[in-house]
Amino acid sequence: MNRVVVTGLGCITPIGNTVDAFRESLYAGRTGIAPFDLSLLPGALSPDPGIRYKTTAKVKDFHPTKNPEQHLSSGFILTSELGAQFGIIAARQAVAHSGFLQHYDPAAVAIVTGCSCGGRGADEDANRNLYLRNARVPPTAIIRTMASSGTSNIAIENGITGPVFNISTACASGTHAIGLAFHMVRSGMAPAAIGGSYEAPLTYGFLRAWDSMRVVSPTACRPFSVDRDGMTLGEGAAMLILEPLDSALARGAHIYAEIVGFGMSADAHHITQPRAEGAALAMRRALEDVTTTLGAPHLASEMWASRVGYINAHGTGTPINDAVEAAAIHQTFGDLAGQIPVGATKSLTGHSIGAAGAVEALATVLALDAASLPHTAGITQVDPALNLDILTGEPRPLAPGKDLALSNSLAFGGLNAVLALRRYAG
Amino acid sequence: MDDIQSRIIELVAKSKNLPESDVRMDSTFEELQIDSLDKINLSFAVEEMFSIEIPDDALNSLKTVGDVVRGVETLRAAAPPSATAS
Repeated sequence: MNRVVVTGLGCITPIGNTVDAFRESLYAGRTGIAPFDLSLLPGALSPDPGIRYKTTAKVKDFHPTKNPEQHLSSGFILTSELGAQFGIIAARQAVAHSGFLQHYDPAAVAIVTGCSCGGRGADEDANRNLYLRNARVPPTAIIRTMASSGTSNIAIENGITGPVFNISTACASGTHAIGLAFHMVRSGMAPAAIGGSYEAPLTYGFLRAWDSMRVVSPTACRPFSVDRDGMTLGEGAAMLILEPLDSALARGAHIYAEIVGFGMSADAHHITQPRAEGAALAMRRALEDVTTTLGAPHLASEMWASRVGYINAHGTGTPINDAVEAAAIHQTFGDLAGQIPVGATKSLTGHSIGAAGAVEALATVLALDAASLPHTAGITQVDPALNLDILTGEPRPLAPGKDLALSNSLAFGGLNAVLALRRYAG
Repeated sequence: MDDIQSRIIELVAKSKNLPESDVRMDSTFEELQIDSLDKINLSFAVEEMFSIEIPDDALNSLKTVGDVVRGVETLRAAAPPSATAS
């Protein structure tokens, strides 16, 4: 069994289109949430009936036909929507950054991605023109709407012919993808992997649909704040390169963090209402999986729990999610729960649905690499009812001896996925 | 250069991100790296542009830009005026 480390990173996000820019915004608390004009979106009705919320977290300065670093050929642009394009560029960054492909057989390398919504833009365009004007549907509508179009194009760009697939589990897609990529490299099923996720769902129909759900903040998401009033929708992509520790050391790669555990569960309860028991089960399974990775000392799970120094929460900012996630943390960690620093990246990036898990795994990897925990933005006052140590104000050092972190994803439909990561100290 | 020819050359050049000077009547799809998906997409755009329908057997026989131009001219000549307005 291999120990698995992260040796390459890439991202396109509302707070930065490179890992350096993302890191800088993360620690500066610079939010990507900003007002948007619904009437400017393709297909917007006139007069537009309006919606209750006024902000999203959009990627800025993404120009694949103009910016050489984001260049995509006409073939990629023809066959991919915006979210997939984010994924292709994020993967390109991670591959270049790690240099790993020169050391592994591309016929065996895996790519596991998460994308839940697919190419909504192409789907809405085609359907609008079809149903309103009886227009013909463009042949590329099929390809551009596939949730896996980015996955395939990443394989095409890099010549990777190993196991390549996409996972769609709503807001947990990215975490499921990285978790499975981790298990594949740990077991030896794949010698190395690209794991991550992408999504660009901010279309007119999608924004209107979320308005009907009444879970979006009228202003901006404030996870764990006493006055939190909903999520903020976002978009983006993040990709991680995973390879065995021994191989990474042999080729002198920089090791950002080690992935040591992955836990999954289903609430089996309700399609939208989360249940703490399900999330707690996924966290416990992630900690149990650390024992599988690192050995089995007596009371191993309890020992690993005592070493958790950071939880990157799902933290959407809805009243119910944050309360249920807090309850799950208490169920998992008992008396230790109130001592573990908890933060929510969505306060800066918004909720990018399928991409969220990988963006937050990226934030967790960077936090462990720097031994510095990013704070949660926008909090007016931490909700005292949660009884958690929420990271506010400014970044905080990772406490000595607390070298483990969890990255939680709790999806609509009660699908839970949790990664356990560890600071790599050499 | 007649209107159909210039519009098709412009369409091909734009779809492959090429200068129009690189697209000639005798340019083959192979030379222009127009693959099967590009060909389907180009045919769709041509059908929309000229309000015609390219039959499957005619589509399969297209090998050059000139083939497309001559095919459009033939289809437009065969169709009633109301169906060929563009």
